[in-house]
Amino acid sequence: MALTHDTVLEQLRSRFPEAILHSELSFDFLNVEIQPAQNLEVLRFLRDELGFIYLTDLCAVHMPEQSGREIGVVYHLHNLEENYRFRVKAWLPEAEPVIATATTVWAGANWMERETYDFFGVRFEGHPDLRRILNVDHMEVFPLLKQFPLEDTTREDKDDRFFGR
Amino acid sequence: MQEQQSIFGEDFLKTEEKQYNTLNLGPTHPATHGVFQNVLQMDGEIIMSAEPTIGYIHRAFEKLAERRPFYQVTPITDRLNYCSAPINNIGWHMTVEKLLQVQTPKKVDYMRVIIMELARIADHLVCNAVLGVDTGALTGFTYMFQERERIYDMYEEVAGARLTTNIGRIGGFERDFTPGFHKKLKDFLATFPARFEEFDSMLTRNRIFMDRVINVGPISAERALSYSFAGPNLRAAGVDYDVRVMNPYSSYQDFDFIVPVGTSGDTYDRFMVRQEEIRQSLKIINAAYNNMPEGNHFADCPEFYLPKKEDVYTSMEALIWHFKIVMGEVDLPAGEVYHSVEGANGELGYYLISDGGRTPYRLHFRRPCFIYYQAYPEMIKGQMLSDAVITMSSMNVIAGELDA
Repeated sequence: MALTHDTVLEQLRSRFPEAILHSELSFDFLNVEIQPAQNLEVLRFLRDELGFIYLTDLCAVHMPEQSGREIGVVYHLHNLEENYRFRVKAWLPEAEPVIATATTVWAGANWMERETYDFFGVRFEGHPDLRRILNVDHMEVFPLLKQFPLEDTTREDKDDRFFGR
Repeated sequence: MQEQQSIFGEDFLKTEEKQYNTLNLGPTHPATHGVFQNVLQMDGEIIMSAEPTIGYIHRAFEKLAERRPFYQVTPITDRLNYCSAPINNIGWHMTVEKLLQVQTPKKVDYMRVIIMELARIADHLVCNAVLGVDTGALTGFTYMFQERERIYDMYEEVAGARLTTNIGRIGGFERDFTPGFHKKLKDFLATFPARFEEFDSMLTRNRIFMDRVINVGPISAERALSYSFAGPNLRAAGVDYDVRVMNPYSSYQDFDFIVPVGTSGDTYDRFMVRQEEIRQSLKIINAAYNNMPEGNHFADCPEFYLPKKEDVYTSMEALIWHFKIVMGEVDLPAGEVYHSVEGANGELGYYLISDGGRTPYRLHFRRPCFIYYQAYPEMIKGQMLSDAVITMSSMNVIAGELDA
């Protein structure tokens, strides 16, 4: 059965009626939002039964204005046989960004999750070695969160309005 | 004897448990070609475990990109895999074009294919020539670096720069290929294949080289897929995943080429896959160059493609557009796109979230090096120390791409 946006969504919906929260198409790419508590079951199902054996990418995004679901963990999955890709997202509260690790599903998730922890502070429960990876070990903040500006905020000679944000 | 025992303590000679030596390979060891540290546990000459430390040249690209307009992100991408910077640049431009829904003319696609395949040749040449150096064959390296130099000369004709090229624009190229470029490319296509085959004959069937690299640092197809390997390293393990074929971009569907695969995923297979890819890239360049369509070297998107410099100096209209583009007075769509190209090391992906602002809201680079380097401890476990060096060299781990 060829995988399309509809068939993937239908399979997910029928298997996990409660875990699939939302879905949309953007630039002909399917986005599926899942319940973070059930991420492992969904990802396992996707790998074992729908053939998404290849984890293309795992990263996070911070949207501070979405209260209660500020940090999104984004998985890009690829079914190599059918050549079908889509995106799975799980939104976590910034106060308690905890989600189960995908290292048991794909070995390659290891460093990608370490990188996500390093930059966003997402704690992947069950990860074998959740340490900082690119930043120095004694860093106290998670630098890709939006509350940490790139520029020095005390400077007065640069007005952000002229730079788009 | 009595005295020795007192130095090490009573239990030292009795203990049955093995003691391993800890060895720091790197961060600045010349054999690692970059800033890589591995803390190895050694049983004599055999590696029992390895613990890589990375991030020595981390430059916060993803954070930097959140403050830069789209065209200013291009120089950042240069510094990912700096051995094949044009692929990174063009991949980024195509990501933005996908967001803006700009259609590029066929001619731009073909020009891009030529530049990207030249970059792939340059990257693979460095990797394979340096693998020769690490196994003790310096000759091939000196010859192949001259060839790489000629590719750099061609970049210079197109973009003015050599290593960090910042090549092209969103929507195409700044100018059409110059007569100098045509001359250099024709010359390269005429003379390079013979010189490359000479290099190939130095190593490919060389008994010393083969003994040195066969069965060194192997990885199975299953593990490679689980580790999200990509590019030549994945293909060496026997999986024919190539973004150029799976999800053709920039008119790659117009070209006929073979995706070489290996069987055992060892250092020799990685070497052979790269050698064959160089031949296939030459074939693609020839096909693209000989069938170059007529047309413009830029897409029709005046809101994003910078006007010609001469016009900016002489025409008011062009000056206004130039100012608008540079100052970000242009409306950008909101949305999220993922675009990937086949970089020299595999699937190089750009995950761009735009909120309509002047800069990316979030930009994540899928860096193939970063993802497959985590398999390195598994690949060198049980191997000799000198094998660890050539395994890393054949994986083509580029510090810039690894650390972002």
